[in-house]
Amino acid sequence: MRSSASLRPKGAFEYGMWLFTRLSGLALLLFGGVSMGVAFILGGRTQLDMPALFRWIFFPNPNHVINSNIPDVEQGWSNTFWQVYSMAMIFLASGHAVNGLRMVIEDYLTRPLLVRMLRLALLVLWLGGLVVAVFVILAS
Amino acid sequence: MTLNRRVSVRAGLRYKGELGMANWMLHRITGLGILLFVGMHVVMGFLGQQFADDTAFAVNAVYQSWAFQLFVYFSVLFHAFNGSRLALMDLFPGLIRFQRELIWLQWLVFVPAYGLPSFIMIQNSLVGA
Repeated sequence: MRSSASLRPKGAFEYGMWLFTRLSGLALLLFGGVSMGVAFILGGRTQLDMPALFRWIFFPNPNHVINSNIPDVEQGWSNTFWQVYSMAMIFLASGHAVNGLRMVIEDYLTRPLLVRMLRLALLVLWLGGLVVAVFVILAS
Repeated sequence: MTLNRRVSVRAGLRYKGELGMANWMLHRITGLGILLFVGMHVVMGFLGQQFADDTAFAVNAVYQSWAFQLFVYFSVLFHAFNGSRLALMDLFPGLIRFQRELIWLQWLVFVPAYGLPSFIMIQNSLVGA
């Protein structure tokens, strides 16, 4: 069981999602580190509690971090760079999460029809969620 | 190879996967926990903002409390640490030989990285900043 070849899943889709999970996870760590650093530079060093810090790290959007008492949030976060940044982050995070949920579902449920329906529901939820997220980012 | 999935809970827990299995279970639980929390957060945020719904504000108050934040912080930090170890081991398979050592190293870094902020959070909430 120690050989590395046995760890890679078979099939193009499964292999693609396997790689995507690894790479998006590492990318999300990088994204989170950058937005935490920028939150500190923008003046949050001494006034962020844990919930506020999480708001800044995971969704740097003026609407989302407005209640953290830092005056220049509007100028700091609302430009095209941070909008594209947030969209990339949302895409990676939601893809990572939905694929993880799909894997858990396929591990514990075995009836094929049920699994296929749940996969379809997840796909619809994921795409709908992405549309809402893009709207929220562009509207703020 | 067919897996026998119909085992009792007791037999499932007795499986001697050691730390690797514990980390695998925690990774699943924390991942599902984060998904549940973020999903709730989005839905409740929408209800609170658009309809000023009382339930939404109540849920909001629960998950902004320091006790709940300890769980959120644990989930996020553990998932990040364990996930980066997994990704490194998968992208550089030579590291798989040192899985046990890497798991110990992961916990060695995790305990202070989780413990110190948690200690400060608890102290600030109970004693005052």
